[in-house]
Amino acid sequence: MTTRTVKFSIYRFDPEKDQKPYMQDYSVELDSTDRKLLDALVKLKVVDDAISFRRSCREGVCGSDAMNINGKNGLACVTDIDSLKQPIQIRPLPGLPVVRDLIVDMTQFFKQYHSIKPYVVNDTPAPERERLQSQEDRKELDGLYECILCACCSTSCPSFWWNPDKFVGPAGLLAAYRFIADTRDTATNERLDNLEDPYRLFRCHTIMNCVDVCPKDLNPTKAIGKIKDLMVKRIA
Amino acid sequence: MVNREVVGAHYGLRDWLVQRVTAVIMLVYAIAIGVFVLFAHDANYEAWQSLFSMTWVKVLTTVTAFALLWHAWVGVRDIWMDYVQPVGIRLTLHVLTLVWLISSLVYAVKVVWGA
Repeated sequence: MTTRTVKFSIYRFDPEKDQKPYMQDYSVELDSTDRKLLDALVKLKVVDDAISFRRSCREGVCGSDAMNINGKNGLACVTDIDSLKQPIQIRPLPGLPVVRDLIVDMTQFFKQYHSIKPYVVNDTPAPERERLQSQEDRKELDGLYECILCACCSTSCPSFWWNPDKFVGPAGLLAAYRFIADTRDTATNERLDNLEDPYRLFRCHTIMNCVDVCPKDLNPTKAIGKIKDLMVKRIA
Repeated sequence: MVNREVVGAHYGLRDWLVQRVTAVIMLVYAIAIGVFVLFAHDANYEAWQSLFSMTWVKVLTTVTAFALLWHAWVGVRDIWMDYVQPVGIRLTLHVLTLVWLISSLVYAVKVVWGA
């Protein structure tokens, strides 16, 4: 039961065949149940099975299908097709090396994420049961722990484009603050030392592209501001 | 392979803080001059000259000029750090920026404190 035809222009690049990337036009017939962009891409894969993209949970939890949709980063699985201007331009996340079509190499992104030690550090003897937090302390982690590491934010950040090897990027800094803010973590000082650097933290010029694109409505800029506040308090 | 800990360079906070503090100084100065221009009865050459003959205005102007220099230094250096990767070109740009900013400051001091 076809209800509508949607036009696409999709970034194609196969390093084994193509000298240069190019945009390829498609149109795809959709059913009334096809609401999200990912539904259309899956339909498109039937038309041309060479089109490559990552996808997994198809409900905005795994963060696999981040891509550049009509010039703005987002998750295909939570983007309404009908909200998009046609032809829908789909490109890979900007700033990362393209493996093929819409698949990018996320190595640099995860290197930065791992550089902030994304786990609770606590050398005090463990209690018999879990380390407890007050409800207020736990509230501080809201808006931080929900990050799914889709890389929409970091790959929309010009500072991350120019210095992906040195700037931690919004996703990594949001995660950094998530552990700095955690009352069960005892390494706050070391974490601030790790970030006190003209590149690692201070390449953020607060342009808030990250906030604009985050599919989980998180606010890395606010977290970065709180890290800077803590650094100032530390020397004051 | 040596497995090194990732650690910050332990600077960057001061520059960031300086940019904010100098911005406040410039804002205060801009408001003060704005108030003068708006409320001065005759904003003519004599009024302007008598305003700038007061020592505290000269001091505030000089401090603001210095704040502007420092603010601009942090900002312009940030631009070079963002976009210019080759060390030689970047160092040259840093030096030229400093020469330009310091020259501007010296000239501003001469204008404000000169006869």
